[in-house]
Amino acid sequence: MDILKYIALIDHAINENESEIEGLDRAIGDGDHFINLKRGITAILSMTDQLSTMTVSEQFKMIGMKVLSTVGGASGPLFATFFLEMGKHITDSKPSLQIIAEAFSKAVDGIKQRGKSDVGQKTMLDVLIPVAAKFQELASSNMSTQEIAADINHFAIDCAHKTKDMLPTKGRSSGLGERALGHMDPGAKSCQVMISAVCQHIQGE
Amino acid sequence: MKKFLNNPENFLKESLSGLGKAHRDLLQVHFDPTFVTRKSINSDKVILVSGGGSGHEPLHAGLIGHGMLDAACPGHVFTSPTPDQMMAAVDFCKPNKGALFIVKNYSGDVMNFEMAAEMTSYENASILVNDDAAVIDSSYTTGKRGVAGTVIVEKIVGSLAENGGDLKSCVDLGNEVNQRCSSIGVALSSCTIPEAGKPTFDIEDDQIEFGVGIHGEPGRRREQIRPAQTIVKDMIEAIIEDFKGKNLALSNNTELLMIVNGFGGTPLSELYLIYENACEILSGYQLNVVRSLVGNYTTALDMEGASVTLCILNDRIKNHWDAPVHTASLRWGV
Repeated sequence: MDILKYIALIDHAINENESEIEGLDRAIGDGDHFINLKRGITAILSMTDQLSTMTVSEQFKMIGMKVLSTVGGASGPLFATFFLEMGKHITDSKPSLQIIAEAFSKAVDGIKQRGKSDVGQKTMLDVLIPVAAKFQELASSNMSTQEIAADINHFAIDCAHKTKDMLPTKGRSSGLGERALGHMDPGAKSCQVMISAVCQHIQGE
Repeated sequence: MKKFLNNPENFLKESLSGLGKAHRDLLQVHFDPTFVTRKSINSDKVILVSGGGSGHEPLHAGLIGHGMLDAACPGHVFTSPTPDQMMAAVDFCKPNKGALFIVKNYSGDVMNFEMAAEMTSYENASILVNDDAAVIDSSYTTGKRGVAGTVIVEKIVGSLAENGGDLKSCVDLGNEVNQRCSSIGVALSSCTIPEAGKPTFDIEDDQIEFGVGIHGEPGRRREQIRPAQTIVKDMIEAIIEDFKGKNLALSNNTELLMIVNGFGGTPLSELYLIYENACEILSGYQLNVVRSLVGNYTTALDMEGASVTLCILNDRIKNHWDAPVHTASLRWGV
């Protein structure tokens, strides 16, 4: 499992979607989501040398602590919790798809608890929770890894789009009420971009 | 965007270094991780640590000193500080009577302080400030935001801690003061985050945002600009509604502390005009303002606009408000 390769892919995808993420956050957030993501990714990329000598579990944990101390805001503790939980549940350097799906689901659970939030509140969880469930379902099917990646990519895009019609009840846009209708949630969008970056790469492998 | 700026990435570091040098008699600024403390630490009192995103200056570092905070953890602009900052600040102060975190109610601040509270080895407690009347509180929202009432909470609890109050009594008084505070803000223009380089929100020249938050996040409604008196009347009414919602009784014996707070881009003369209009409206309710603070205390970078905070006093809170304070931005009785 080459985490460093995925981080590089995510970095590229986030940069490509800068204007959309920033535009959504300016419309219904406070305009700093892209900056915070970028700061976290840059900090992770700066540790490439150290990370390359570690086990997958150690890598996840170190990334989690780095994200916790560099990102700040709400996304810092939430993404940090994700990586720390992944590190807890993936102990093998070549984990099976089922184990990855299981770990992903537990990591998303960690975000849910830390943020005291759930689906339907117009947040990143509106992508992460359904994707985690879908991933577990597909991982135990007979589909190939490429097919699963393609499915999850499309599913994540659908989930992000669905946040357009949701009323925000958690997070920075919750003060907006109905004015947030019609805008995708920036956190849901950035999570989708990251998931799609990894899935699209796997599809082409 | 036009700002006094070199490299946007160094904005915070340069600004904090300047703060430290300008107030070298009061403050020490620490980097990696970033936190600000009093020049001389008294570990034998409850250590008050606040923090939050930068851009709200003088909150919180400008309120460090005798009778107020012991330490503050500034995050990046409008971004919560990270747990390692709070842990380092507490470690530096070595509290023998516990550390008290004063946190404004934003999901980022709450989560980062929560993780710091879980990870630090020192005894600690937290106060959550949520004085903003603009956001209607319900089980479906993150809740009311913490705004300029934070200054009052920090002043009152700071005085109690300075006078030997223990952790539990500081928490109780802080929660009581928070409950008695209510604030509402109005923006005339947006603010611009230095790193972002463009305004946080778009607003027409003749529009105002009623109920705005201190990051330029929207509030209750966007509307046409109108005479100040009528805007201030709506602000006071929103606060009085909020007090009612909190079951706080107002009578003609009620004594109030009023803060008219600028968001950074509004001149003091306009803030005093708001103060004048607010007093007139409050006298119509037979309410007496007996303590006041007018100026920029909880800002939103360069946003034009202002907030009004009312705090329902009692003798104990009034005495703690009057107690000596010596910080970069609030100083009396010393």
